[in-house]
Amino acid sequence: MGRIAFLNANAAVAEAALVAGLGFYAGYPITPSSEVPERLSKIMPEKGLPFMMMEDEIASINACVGATASGVKAMTCTSGPGYSLKQEALGMACMLEVPLVVVNVMRGGPSTGLPTRPSQQDVMQARWGTHGDHPIIALSPCNAQEAVFETIRAFNLAEKYRQPVVLLTDGSLSHLHTKIYIPDPEEVEVVDRAQPDVDPDNYYPYEYNYEVPPLAKWWADDGKSYRYHLSSLIHDKTGFPTVNPKYTQWLLERMHKKISNHLDEILKYEYYKMDDAETCIIAYGSTAEAARVAIDQAREEGIKVGMFRPLTLWPSPEEQIRDIASKVKNVIVAEMNLGQYLLEVERVVGGKAAVYGVNQAAGVLIRPSQIYDKIKNPSKRVEIGLTEEELKRFGGGE
Amino acid sequence: MAVDYTKYLRMDKMPLYWCPGCGDGIVLKCYLEAIDELGWGKDDCAMVSGIGCAARVTGYVDFHTLHTIHGRAIAVAAGIKMSHPDKHVFVFGGDGDIVHIGGNHLLHACRRNVDVTVVLINNWIYGMTGGQHSCTTPPGAKASTAPRGTFEPTIDVCQMAIGAGAGYVARGFAGDPTRLKKLIKEGLEYKGFSLIDVFSPCPINFGRRNKLGDPAKLLEHMKSFLVSSAKAKRMSEEELKGKFVMGVLHKDTEKPELTASYKGLIEKAQASDEYWAKYVKGTLTEDDKDKITREELKKLYPYDVETPLKEWKKL
Repeated sequence: MGRIAFLNANAAVAEAALVAGLGFYAGYPITPSSEVPERLSKIMPEKGLPFMMMEDEIASINACVGATASGVKAMTCTSGPGYSLKQEALGMACMLEVPLVVVNVMRGGPSTGLPTRPSQQDVMQARWGTHGDHPIIALSPCNAQEAVFETIRAFNLAEKYRQPVVLLTDGSLSHLHTKIYIPDPEEVEVVDRAQPDVDPDNYYPYEYNYEVPPLAKWWADDGKSYRYHLSSLIHDKTGFPTVNPKYTQWLLERMHKKISNHLDEILKYEYYKMDDAETCIIAYGSTAEAARVAIDQAREEGIKVGMFRPLTLWPSPEEQIRDIASKVKNVIVAEMNLGQYLLEVERVVGGKAAVYGVNQAAGVLIRPSQIYDKIKNPSKRVEIGLTEEELKRFGGGE
Repeated sequence: MAVDYTKYLRMDKMPLYWCPGCGDGIVLKCYLEAIDELGWGKDDCAMVSGIGCAARVTGYVDFHTLHTIHGRAIAVAAGIKMSHPDKHVFVFGGDGDIVHIGGNHLLHACRRNVDVTVVLINNWIYGMTGGQHSCTTPPGAKASTAPRGTFEPTIDVCQMAIGAGAGYVARGFAGDPTRLKKLIKEGLEYKGFSLIDVFSPCPINFGRRNKLGDPAKLLEHMKSFLVSSAKAKRMSEEELKGKFVMGVLHKDTEKPELTASYKGLIEKAQASDEYWAKYVKGTLTEDDKDKITREELKKLYPYDVETPLKEWKKL
């Protein structure tokens, strides 16, 4: 049996990564993600595992790519500005098709922004941050307990699909201490990357007849040594560069299909009081907890409202959102930004239902009352949910 | 006895894609001779490179090879070495890749003294992208982005590496392969970070623009910037201005190597009686696992320990 602990989501992510089989961590200090490396720096040497603080954000994700390419599960953790710096190497991980977990504890942006305050402003960056047509998986847990499970799932998806997975938490969630349960590896599924069933001489890292070709550990557990080449250039099955249009198109399409063909397994979502709902709130991360309170309150008054909460933000649960749009009158997307996932929801809904947004990028959580007001009056703009008295406490602006 | 290079090369990738007169092939040859003399097996060797002409070496050597993005090869190599301390890890790259865009990673690899050998093919130019000037292009030399000659000062990368704390720093010359092989071999053998800065000609993209298109002429020109370490000792500071010293410039046999230091840290951590240390040693007791009983927990928290996991699995 696992352990019970009183932790914030940052420490929870660190503990969960170890349950999932983390073998290498490299990072760079950034608020509000610090508890992740702090906790790991204590634990990883105890487990005999390498932990590094690198010279910058770029070095830390690159060191992780080196470790994971050679056969070790790797993770790095950051927040907005650091996540921007990591984008090029994140694209390399997509291109090499190496498993990797990148945690982004979202803080207010743009630029240095609001280092100690929460936001959900990196949702679109999580999808399209790095250049080129790349696939991505992004997960968004709503509390510290779920952060434990979603971190483990992030590792599993990364290993199974040879794909970098982004875990999006935020500055508020990551610092809220709650009692959580950390399972033992035996209690949850822990996936390791598939290993080839051919000898090193006949092994190709991007074999054509696989959707997700096995990624051989350089020094396999059975003592065999798989010497091969991985390149961040467009490559054919051998891993060596090619500009052949046929293989270029094949590679990019396969990289996307390995995700889009397995949505059943990759997508995770929750329906909350949706059975008879006429209004659907779409919320994720910390905001979903506020939406839950607002929905309960509205339900007490007999308002038919529910929530659809994607845990997997990317790829987006298109089919589910489309299905909801055909059943409800209003869709309200609540998020701590000026309307990012809203764009995706609008695209998918395609005019089948009215789509509204509760959008606040003020560095404070969205309050249940704000969502409640929106449920009552969807076309009315949501103002910052703080009184003059409360605003005074923040100082500035005079 | 002559070395059988084909043993270390992916012969199906031949011919080499470098231009006629390029120094990269000479440096690769010296490096393979050094590997052969050391008798290291291909299975124990990993090589990382970034982007550039010299970075294409990873495609040719039959090791565990990783061709990554521009400037980051040393950071990638550090990740590999820390994960596999018993393997040999190398980086090949040019001056633009290693010194210019990747300078920060070079500095900190030097400081850490991580056991990676970097062979820096310094041709004073961005060759692959068409001859733009780099941080090593001599002042006044012409480049595709400096048609009237560069106006920036250059950097002595070896001095920088020594200042940053690299364990082994040497400078070689593609025009002197015998000595170059020895320098590389000594760097490979060194337990710690080793940098071998090799002056190497790029007749196409540096030479032609500077009326040095003939590779032999360019080698002569490069040589005029170099002085041996023995000769340098007898020269005044004034005389050494604008010159680059060749040979082993620095070797610190005392400085601890990074993976060895980390091993020490692991031993210290595992001697403790903390949860994970006991977990690894297999000495966890029932008390360590769960200090609160499930019944107590149910009273303290709205859901018991099994529910969140069960609920999440259902989603």
